[in-house]
Amino acid sequence: MAETRGKELNPDPSQNGKVAAEFQIRYRQYLDGTANLVGEPPDFARNRDTMISLYRAMTLTRTFDSKAIALQRTGQLGTYPSCAGQEAIGIGYASAMTDRDVMLTTYREQPAQIWRGVTLTELLQFWGGDERGCDFAVPREDFPVAVPIASQAPHAVGIATAFKLRRERRVAVCALGDGATSKGDFYESVNLAGVWRLPVVFIVINNNWAISLPREKQTAAKTLAQKAIAGGIPGVQIDGNDIIAARQVTGEAIERARDGGGASIVEAITYRMGDHTTADDASRYRREELVSAAWKLDPLARLRAYLANRNWWTKADEEKLIAECREKVDLAVKEYLAIPPPSPASMFDHLFETLPAAMQWQRKQFAGG
Amino acid sequence: MVGAIAMALGRAMQDDARVILVGEDIGANGGVFRATDGLLERFGEERVMDTPLAETVLAGMSVGLAAQGFRPVTEFQFMGFIYPALDQVINHAGRLRNRTRGRLSCPLVFRAPMGAGIHAPEHHSESTEALFAHIPGIRVVIPSSPARAYGLLLSSIADPDPVMFFEPTRLYRAQKEEVEDNGQGLPLDVCYVLREGTDITLVTWGAVVKETLSAAQQLAAEGISAEVIDVATVSPIDFDTILSSVEKTGRLVIIHEAPRNCGIGAEIAARVAERGLLFLQAPVERVTAPDAVVPLLRLEKAYMPDEMRIMEAARRVVNYS
Repeated sequence: MAETRGKELNPDPSQNGKVAAEFQIRYRQYLDGTANLVGEPPDFARNRDTMISLYRAMTLTRTFDSKAIALQRTGQLGTYPSCAGQEAIGIGYASAMTDRDVMLTTYREQPAQIWRGVTLTELLQFWGGDERGCDFAVPREDFPVAVPIASQAPHAVGIATAFKLRRERRVAVCALGDGATSKGDFYESVNLAGVWRLPVVFIVINNNWAISLPREKQTAAKTLAQKAIAGGIPGVQIDGNDIIAARQVTGEAIERARDGGGASIVEAITYRMGDHTTADDASRYRREELVSAAWKLDPLARLRAYLANRNWWTKADEEKLIAECREKVDLAVKEYLAIPPPSPASMFDHLFETLPAAMQWQRKQFAGG
Repeated sequence: MVGAIAMALGRAMQDDARVILVGEDIGANGGVFRATDGLLERFGEERVMDTPLAETVLAGMSVGLAAQGFRPVTEFQFMGFIYPALDQVINHAGRLRNRTRGRLSCPLVFRAPMGAGIHAPEHHSESTEALFAHIPGIRVVIPSSPARAYGLLLSSIADPDPVMFFEPTRLYRAQKEEVEDNGQGLPLDVCYVLREGTDITLVTWGAVVKETLSAAQQLAAEGISAEVIDVATVSPIDFDTILSSVEKTGRLVIIHEAPRNCGIGAEIAARVAERGLLFLQAPVERVTAPDAVVPLLRLEKAYMPDEMRIMEAARRVVNYS
């Protein structure tokens, strides 16, 4: 017994144990860290208008993000999770979806929400502590962000089941973080999505940090994409700060799901530039050099360089865009600050479609009458 | 009762194409208690869906299906195995409507067998309904007879909000009651007065309704007229019915199979203290399971409230001076 204890689980192939199955995880990237093209880019990357529209959305998101942090710091917003550095993957997968698809995300996915049509005012309203901010005018079927980690993955599976049962060519897109891949919710969902061949795509936003726990302490797995393998679905790893890869590869996964090909996982490697939330101080657990190194791979700067290299973008364009974004954000802030708080009695108004008679007395106590 | 449940499920599926069943072993096997017996043959695999063995995704996918307009009725094999789904019940099913201000809703039913008394293995005899009654945004319904199982289940499925529907296993095969498959639901959120009386109010629900009714009958022979109320929807509680009964009788005993501490009996007693103290002619008593882990089968009879304990409590309360 003692002799076998230290030995490899996989015995010498010459003696016993043919290969039962083999797997590989590919890494995909089109735009490297210095904004140079790696290999042949997809068609949309040659389209000036498309690439500029992606850049504009990423810039708007970042402008919004800085403003939100400032609002929190001055007591005008609740706890807020910065999405700085994650704009490419968010805008990437959101722009690969159709309006009819349904998105389910963790918090920190403001880039995707903004692309999908959630207004800046609605986002501020939610993070400012008002449920009405989740009653998006569009997209009506998207879920509000899930704060409990990975708990939206089972919902995505249910929504994909609904699409499949109704034979609709729609896809549920579920974004979650690196920490979420350690949770049972995620495994259970990947497993069911695989065995039922559901039209769902799991986007793992690997920003290297689950609050204070770095990626290398989260799992011994070499990649997070390989967690697909146990569920019998494909997994791929991409450079999540490369907008071209982000949009192209998530798009392939989404269209594959739409065409009946089933679920898959896309692991997007990015970096959380800011604190976990405004209630966190990352300097307690992460060295500043790591963050400055990550800024060198900033997705916005990379796309800006790509546009500039093609003479699609000038300094004047940039200045104009920044001014526009600031104006939009300021307008949203003004709107948000002008919204009166909900009435205390409204705590009861959406608990049930109709408040049970047995609870009316409680509502009256809060209705101030 | 299990036949009435299968009948209600079949009826709901026949009347409403949005109703689908999900759960473990509910298809070819017809459910571990046969509550879905024959439904796979009748409605096919797309409406009776066997899932992998994973309660979190079972609950969470039901939330997704419900948000998309389906009416999932999800079977958890036992109340003791529903706990992995608590995150979904509390954080999502119970608040999806609220957190989206009504944009999305969650019309689903989570069914689970509950309670002791069938000599089942460990973890198969739970009565933890109070855990669920504490959660805002969901209803908790417990039938006590085949007819009420049929009617309350139909209403729970038709309800636009999430319902936890707990079925006492002890009643599954206990009563022979003809239930007509008339498609008629019974109202939720109301107590059912099963027996009228003037001397004492016995408030209960679930399997122990049987022992309470039997105790009431024997008390009548002693000259004690007991009113028996089946709460049925244990959250939210129709407290007005209980209070008017206590106003009439002046005496109250609450009987439940669940442990005593923070049980639903405590809530009922507290509300009587708040609103009906001056009606009372004697202290309120509770007949409950002890605050102990449900024992394995050799002790389960000692654990559950029985007729003797109910009658003793009723006599003490009636003879209080």
